[in-house]
Amino acid sequence: MSGRHIMTAEEIRRATIRISHEIVEKQAGTSGLALVGIQRRGVPLARRIAASIAENESVDVPVGALDITFYRDDLSLVAQQPVVKGTDLPFDLNGSTIVLVDDVLYTGRTIRAAMDALVDFGRPQAIRLAVLVDRGHRELPIRADHVGKNVPTSREEIVRVHLAEIDDEDAVLIDRVEVREPEAEPVA
Amino acid sequence: MTVPPAAEISTPADDAPVVVPSVDAAPETQAVAWRHRHLLDLDVVSWPEIELVMRTTDAMREVLERPIAKVPALRGRNVTILFYEASTRTRVSFEVAAKNLSADVVNIAAATSSVSKGESLVDTVRTVEALGAELLVIRHAVSGAPYLAAETFSGSVINGGDGWHAHPTQALLDLYTMRAHLPGGSVEGRKVVILGDVLHSRVARSNIWSLTAAGADLWLCGPATLLRGFEAWAGRGAAAGRRFHVTSSVDEALRDADVVMALRIQRERMASGLLPSLREYAARYGLSAARLALARPGALVMHPGPMNEGVEISPDVAAGTQSLITEQVTNGVAVRMALLYLLAGTRPGDAA
Repeated sequence: MSGRHIMTAEEIRRATIRISHEIVEKQAGTSGLALVGIQRRGVPLARRIAASIAENESVDVPVGALDITFYRDDLSLVAQQPVVKGTDLPFDLNGSTIVLVDDVLYTGRTIRAAMDALVDFGRPQAIRLAVLVDRGHRELPIRADHVGKNVPTSREEIVRVHLAEIDDEDAVLIDRVEVREPEAEPVA
Repeated sequence: MTVPPAAEISTPADDAPVVVPSVDAAPETQAVAWRHRHLLDLDVVSWPEIELVMRTTDAMREVLERPIAKVPALRGRNVTILFYEASTRTRVSFEVAAKNLSADVVNIAAATSSVSKGESLVDTVRTVEALGAELLVIRHAVSGAPYLAAETFSGSVINGGDGWHAHPTQALLDLYTMRAHLPGGSVEGRKVVILGDVLHSRVARSNIWSLTAAGADLWLCGPATLLRGFEAWAGRGAAAGRRFHVTSSVDEALRDADVVMALRIQRERMASGLLPSLREYAARYGLSAARLALARPGALVMHPGPMNEGVEISPDVAAGTQSLITEQVTNGVAVRMALLYLLAGTRPGDAA
């Protein structure tokens, strides 16, 4: 599938580094900080941000993975069952500052589900949100604290993030949707 | 009700899910869809679908290990559990599974319901549907009763055991437990022995479908009186290419077995003349430590419960290091969570 590039590999790299600096600045250090990537592409992004923090601050920030499948609000709307990728939060959330990491922020429903899931694991002192792309069209009162790139889009477009860990290349692409089944409409 | 043709025997499917592009937050979907509105038996469930249940069960096991073992996937959905037969583990297992998914659970024990006043099964099903039931778990002493319920009920019916016929959730939790403990995580080519009262066993009948589909070398063993009809079934083969043997020789069955599943002697269903005495049965067919020694070292010991210890299984084997009987119960919760989740995601119009 083709598509217009809206971020190159180099831009993704720089945005990730900038976000890592912003996170540390906002927290005034790394104490109590933990990153949680939302399955699937939020997880490698969270690892990259952690690696960048390690490089600049010489501190290893814990990284977890969160699968929100069972917290979705659209079980009877999706055409097929989602692949459950697994949740792994190898640290105590109580009192920590959790930075949720995801690739694209769109309706905000994924983030709503992720926050519901997180609070079932403990009581973080704060939850923040970092995304690579914010494409607008929120359906919930949710905003990101750290954004790689704001991309104005129409609802008829789809934004695809490719990461080398999963897709063998780094790129953010935008496509015009041709004719789509209504059930393929992103809802969470 | 149209019944699809007998299970298609697909080759064990490659595990790789179809990778669809990340469309914002739309989920990556399973390569195989669950398309059954009901779970009545495993004869119509294909091997890729069984593997989907196994993968979903893995995810549910992870949920069970969380500090709060509860997710909101079925919030606001009504699961009604209608049991016409005594049960502890299956009924409680379904109830715990439904509650772990945040469903609303209604429990009906037939003995204390209007069934005791003579209400028919169909009327009871209509009544629970009118009271809001969306997923109906049913156990009945009459084989086929859940099929009748499924014809009336507009939601999903799960067979929690019907007569001698089928107990699909038990067979799936048995398969899951075996895969979790066999080297390589597969029962393919493994010698699996089901030992005991096969004749009255819905557990055995459902396990025949799933274990032969999984490629196991399946052996049924018991006194000839408790194997009636199964020789003919084995002679035909459960389906093409499946390995399925029937024998009355315990030694032949147990030799080099990888898994031994003992079945309860179902005294409540036993017609006279099938067994000389329980004592003789225990002596000739009971799973003792000496008999278990014929199997491979470390062979897995299973029992669907409840056990008559000292009859079909000796207490030291049941509580021994090779026994997975308690883990079967834990896995039963995870498997039933997976099935409730998959069935709740189906829509009217999906196949039975």
